[in-house]
Parts: sequence; structure tokens; C-alpha cells
Amino acid sequence: MISLTDYLIVGAILFGLSLAGMVINRKNLIILLMSVELMLLAVNMNFIAFASFLQDTAGQIFVFFILTVAAAETAIGLAILIILFRTRQSINVSDLDVLKG
Amino acid sequence: MIVEKLVFYVFSALLIGSATMVIVSRHSVRAAFFLIVSFCASAVLWMLLEAEFLALLLIFVYVGAVMTLFMFVVMMLNLDKESVQEKFVRYLPFAVLIVALMVGVLVYAFNPGHLGDLGLAMSTHQAADYSNTKALGALLYTHYVYAFELAAVILLIAIVAAIGLTHREKSNNKRQRIAAQLAATKEERLQVVEMEAVE
Repeated sequence: MISLTDYLIVGAILFGLSLAGMVINRKNLIILLMSVELMLLAVNMNFIAFASFLQDTAGQIFVFFILTVAAAETAIGLAILIILFRTRQSINVSDLDVLKG
Repeated sequence: MIVEKLVFYVFSALLIGSATMVIVSRHSVRAAFFLIVSFCASAVLWMLLEAEFLALLLIFVYVGAVMTLFMFVVMMLNLDKESVQEKFVRYLPFAVLIVALMVGVLVYAFNPGHLGDLGLAMSTHQAADYSNTKALGALLYTHYVYAFELAAVILLIAIVAAIGLTHREKSNNKRQRIAAQLAATKEERLQVVEMEAVE
């Protein structure tokens, strides 16, 4: 049988991968946003695993709200990305150094 | 039981593999497709955990809407020159270190011995007439009804913000200026021309 630990380890690996994605992707802001999505997916995985093993549906409600907020975040993030591209003609993260002083 | 294990390992491997491809792929479109694969794989894992409603929600909302949005943006930005990543290798050792450290600590913490009774617990299946959607709805519309309404407000704000940020007004837009209309006087608009009467 599959134990809780297996699901938690899958979630942990997914979280680590998305963190690595944020570190290595210094060129492309879209892939950075995708890494955020993956990170939220990893957190949701843990929530659902615990909800299932503790027999508590409240964990799934949390996932529901996380999905809602993540969808809103993605929509606004992509909107900001579009106006960023319009003003600077680039979505390269290292180009965003206006505040450098 | 063996089928369940097989499904778990196959789709976990698929999930982790496609997540790796998301972060290392050079093209945004390819990364978006791999992200869709990883969403589908994790939906299968959620099905295995008997969270059917959320698994379907993940496919409908994420694969159907959010990823479509990503695709639209990727296509709209036209990033041929941008998509090639340079300094990829430069941060790679750092990233590997972070992942190894973090996953190591988490795997150690998730050791069944540290989870108490939960570590030994096996996933129990719900009764055949159990409806996950019904259970979620019963909780969502009673206990969490304010949070639910707040979520609706957040979505509304997201709509308004996304439209407000990206909306561009046309420069040759024809519109009614009511203040100018009301401020207009008779002298500006009316010209009395005197002319000879013609027989």
C-alpha cells in the first residue's frame, strides 16, 4: 500500500524542483511564473494527502481556495508581464534593474 | 493493491519528470506543455487519494483555463530571441545544492517514524456511495461560506485588475463629451446670416 510518506516525498521533490526552477531561470519570466504554479501544486499535494489520511475534508477546502487564489495570481501576473513587455520589449529578469540606483 | 501502487509510481515519475522538463526547457511553449502534463499527472494522484472533485477541478480550471492563458501570453509576446537561455549552467550547482538540501531535509522529516500514528496509517477507502463533491459542498456552504464569498471577490478583483492593466485605449476613439456639450453656448453654434429677400 502507498503510505502518507510516499505522497509527501513526491510533494517535497516537486517543491524542490520548482525552487530550482526559480534559481536557474534568470532569463524567462514566464517560466518563473510556471515554477510558482508548480510550487503551489506541491503544497496542494501535501494538503490532499493529509486530508485523505486524516479523513478530514477541510484540507480539500484549503486546496480549493489555494486554486482560486493561484488562478487570480496567474491572471494578474500575466497581465503585469504583458505591460512589462510592452514598455521594455523584454521579459528577461536580469533586464529589470531600473531600481538599481 | 498492486495496480494502485503501479499507478502511483508511474504517475509520480511522470509528474517529477515533466516538472523537471518545465524548469529546464528552453522554449516557453514547451515548458507550458510539460506543465500541462504535470497537472494531469497530479490530477491522477489526487484521484488516487479520492479527491475526485479537486482532481477534475485541476484539469478543468488549470489545463482548460490557466494554461490556455499562459499559451496566449507566450504566443502574444513573440519571444523568438528571448527564449534561448544563456546563464543556465551558471546557477545550476547552486540549484542542485538547494534541491538536495531541501529534499533531503524534507524526506528525513517525512520518515514514517516522525509522523507518529499517521506514518503507519494506510489510506482507507471511502464507502462506495460516498460523494466527494457532496461532502465538499456540505462543508463549503456552511462552515466556509464567508471564505467562499471572499474567494469570489478575489476572482472579481483579478478580472478587474487584469482588464484594467492590459486594456489599451484607442487613440482615435470617438466618444461623447457631455461636459463640453453642456458648456456649449448659443453663440458658438448658431450663426445668423442676414440676406436680401429675393422676389
